[in-house]
Amino acid sequence: MKFTFWRAVFVVIMVLGLYSTYVRYAHGLGAVTNMTDQFPWGFWIGFDCLCGVMLAAGGFCIVGAVYLFNVQSLRSVMRPAILTAFLGYLLFIVGLLFDLGRPWFIWHQLIYMNPHSVMFEVGMCVMTYTTVLFFEFLPNVFERFHMQKPIKWIHKIYPVLIVLGILLSTLHQSSLGSLYLIMPSKLHPFWYSPALPFFFFGSAVAVGLAMTIFESTQSSKALGRQLELSVLVRLGGALLVALWINALLRFEDYFHRDMLRQIFKPSYEAYFLWLELALSFVIPITLLSFKKVRLSPNGLYLASVISLFGFITNRLNVSLIGFETYVGHHYVPKWTEFSVTLMIVAMGFFLFRMAVKYLPIFPRQEFVGEPAALPNTAPAALSTVLEHAGD
Amino acid sequence: MSKALLYDSTICIGCKQCEGACATQNKLPYNDAIAAEERQSEHKYTVVMTKGDKFMRRLCMHCEHPACASVCPVGAFHKTKEGPVVYDVWKCIGCRYCMATCVFSQPKYEWGSLNPRVRKCIMCPDRVAAGQQTACAEICPTGATKFGDRDDLIREAQDRIRQNPSTYLNRIYGLHEVGGTCVLILSGTKVEDFGYPATEKIGETPMPEYTGRVMERVPDFIPVWSLVLGGIYWISHRRQEVAEAEAHEHKEKKSGGAR
Repeated sequence: MKFTFWRAVFVVIMVLGLYSTYVRYAHGLGAVTNMTDQFPWGFWIGFDCLCGVMLAAGGFCIVGAVYLFNVQSLRSVMRPAILTAFLGYLLFIVGLLFDLGRPWFIWHQLIYMNPHSVMFEVGMCVMTYTTVLFFEFLPNVFERFHMQKPIKWIHKIYPVLIVLGILLSTLHQSSLGSLYLIMPSKLHPFWYSPALPFFFFGSAVAVGLAMTIFESTQSSKALGRQLELSVLVRLGGALLVALWINALLRFEDYFHRDMLRQIFKPSYEAYFLWLELALSFVIPITLLSFKKVRLSPNGLYLASVISLFGFITNRLNVSLIGFETYVGHHYVPKWTEFSVTLMIVAMGFFLFRMAVKYLPIFPRQEFVGEPAALPNTAPAALSTVLEHAGD
Repeated sequence: MSKALLYDSTICIGCKQCEGACATQNKLPYNDAIAAEERQSEHKYTVVMTKGDKFMRRLCMHCEHPACASVCPVGAFHKTKEGPVVYDVWKCIGCRYCMATCVFSQPKYEWGSLNPRVRKCIMCPDRVAAGQQTACAEICPTGATKFGDRDDLIREAQDRIRQNPSTYLNRIYGLHEVGGTCVLILSGTKVEDFGYPATEKIGETPMPEYTGRVMERVPDFIPVWSLVLGGIYWISHRRQEVAEAEAHEHKEKKSGGAR
């Protein structure tokens, strides 16, 4: 095993993360976070939960495109997208175990149900959708060990899994926005809107597409895999449309709430809003409007990553920046909050890497070292269950 | 009928005996240092604040439509029929949605604990259920904090304002705020100066309605959206099947013709 720079970084992140984990469970939330009675939801809710779920949206977007709208060309990125979503949800649950004050009672959700609570809806969606993702992911494992029977069995329930997966994602992504509907007097009007659930769902679709571009480019670089440009171009086109729709929805909202003048007035919140809007809409839409960018892998990658940062800014604005005026002081996360999040993210990268290495996530002949007979590997080369599922 | 507390800040002398009685009742620590703390915390359910010669008490408002009870995923909060909003620590999973939601910022947290609880005034539910008044009302030497039926207290508050219009602002805080609360406040100065949220800011709509409008659609949304998704799935796959069958037929015809 070579000792590379990134491995060293990984080790440092894990050591610091484990230290913070120890402090979290040995001394309580107060010792590792800067959360207070006035700021009861901090960086872990803002990033690990809101952004984590958002970044996992690629799973349902690509599955929907392939199975509901029959976009066969996206089949080659479906497995990595499902893997990303599955890992995203698992890590989101890990994040939740840090953030909940009494994580050992998380199962109470199943017996003391309060159907009026958005948090209840969120919890149920997390549990059920993670289960669905697990089943959507399982064929990779069965295939790896050449287990034919269970593949057939999963094959049979696949239509149910797909419909259920998209339904639950719709509910879950939007309900994370609904969480804030009950805080009209606390959340800054730049971000509080009755349309929050729609914004959260709409941006999740855009993020799903951007994330798929990001993760396939990233893994192609890391694994020396041949990139399918046609797939990326297609995703890039869809991303541009999704960004436009999101931008128009946001504009509509500000227009109807008479906020257009206020959002251009310089203020603490306005700076963060400008940053968010520039990163999530202005820059990527401008970039993607050039055909040259839309046809270049690097251009697509750049536009996607910028928009991802934009939507991450949006979630942090909704969950943190938007409350600072109400609370009357700034909330800056403690370093231990960052280090736990970093550890969780690093675990995600590591697990993705391992899964790609040991499971048939990407078509085999696309790896370097093996004869790259087909530069643009035809989807026909995948004799996988996903290929035939539901046919 | 719902019970309530009427706090009249013009009668209050700032003796803080309510703080002490509350601590005793709820087995919270209390000493001179804690008495000097001018804010509520995990060990201080209620506080009497001083500003010059003016006093103001803060405590959980026990909303008629409590947001905390509506947002709690496990129903750890609920409003009893007598009025108090109570907390069941056993159910709590520690998501702190109640704290993020409460417009009065009443729920406090045991940040230093390994098995933290949410802490807030629970309006002595056992005493109230037994027909007694709350500990703070019982000990109050001047009657600044008065316990009774909510309707009676509202009438009394209105009378007091009518008889002494120069002493009071013409306003009963808690009468309509967020749909009404079981703590009513009379004052000669603006309660907002003591940290209470302004009426125009929080409005008179019960907080649960903001999410209710969305949540009540979920039961309809699930079957409709499943049917739509299932329908699209079926159509797109039926199309593919037909296309494949046609292609197959076409091929057979061709090969048949060649023979």
